[in-house]
Amino acid sequence: MQALGDPTRLAVLEELRRGPRAVGEIAEGLPVSRPAVSQHLRVLKEAGLVTERRNGTRRIYRVDPRGLEELRTYFDSFWTDALDAFKEAAERDDKEEQ
Amino acid sequence: MTQPATAETPDQAVRKSITVEASREKAFEVFTTGMSRWWPLDTHHIGRSEPTEVVVEPRVGGRWFERAEDGSECEWGRVREYESPARLVFAWHLGPGWKYDPDPAMATEVEVLFIEEGPARTRVELEHRGFEVHGDRAEELRLPISQEGGWSGLLERFAESAQS
Repeated sequence: MQALGDPTRLAVLEELRRGPRAVGEIAEGLPVSRPAVSQHLRVLKEAGLVTERRNGTRRIYRVDPRGLEELRTYFDSFWTDALDAFKEAAERDDKEEQ
Repeated sequence: MTQPATAETPDQAVRKSITVEASREKAFEVFTTGMSRWWPLDTHHIGRSEPTEVVVEPRVGGRWFERAEDGSECEWGRVREYESPARLVFAWHLGPGWKYDPDPAMATEVEVLFIEEGPARTRVELEHRGFEVHGDRAEELRLPISQEGGWSGLLERFAESAQS
């Protein structure tokens, strides 16, 4: 989820969660330049979080609706990390008591 | 999991298993009342202020919530089953956009089994199921609450704490 490791990039994604938008429309709602928004969109697209479609001369961006499979992947990753941390905590605790 | 998946959710549940070098009682305790010691609270919380602890009330119907330094609490879900030290079931009430949704029909479910493999060895099996209640909006659930570092940051911090 490195693609979300930037506050502005997350803000761009938040904008798209309200509905499909063109670059200019996204930039209007944020304190960043249009080229900066384009750059963030490129990273989000590469990360598979956002899709792009042409509408005449405009490019419209939207959140990639991959739904359940994405959600599964997210929680799979979350629980892997969380359970590793849990294991470490439980083993540290058990040793201290022995 | 040792239990079969329900008919409606044959393939969509997330299943994890980990072996812990600790007694079953200890593993259960750390998972529940000791959750603050391992939950990645800095990246996974829902309140505006940074929470200091995550609380699991140790009983059926108990609340599962985060508490901040100023005493404010944000609920995550409920304890559905509490069979110390063998089994736990949580209702996870965080809906799309990581907003708390009190409707039980919209909750996903987390079941955790603690299986004794020795006096100081426990296998922990976890199943998180029921994502389909969120249908088309499911993808929104996966966005981390805090943007600080995201997943890669979490892994790095875990690696640091494991080595210290």
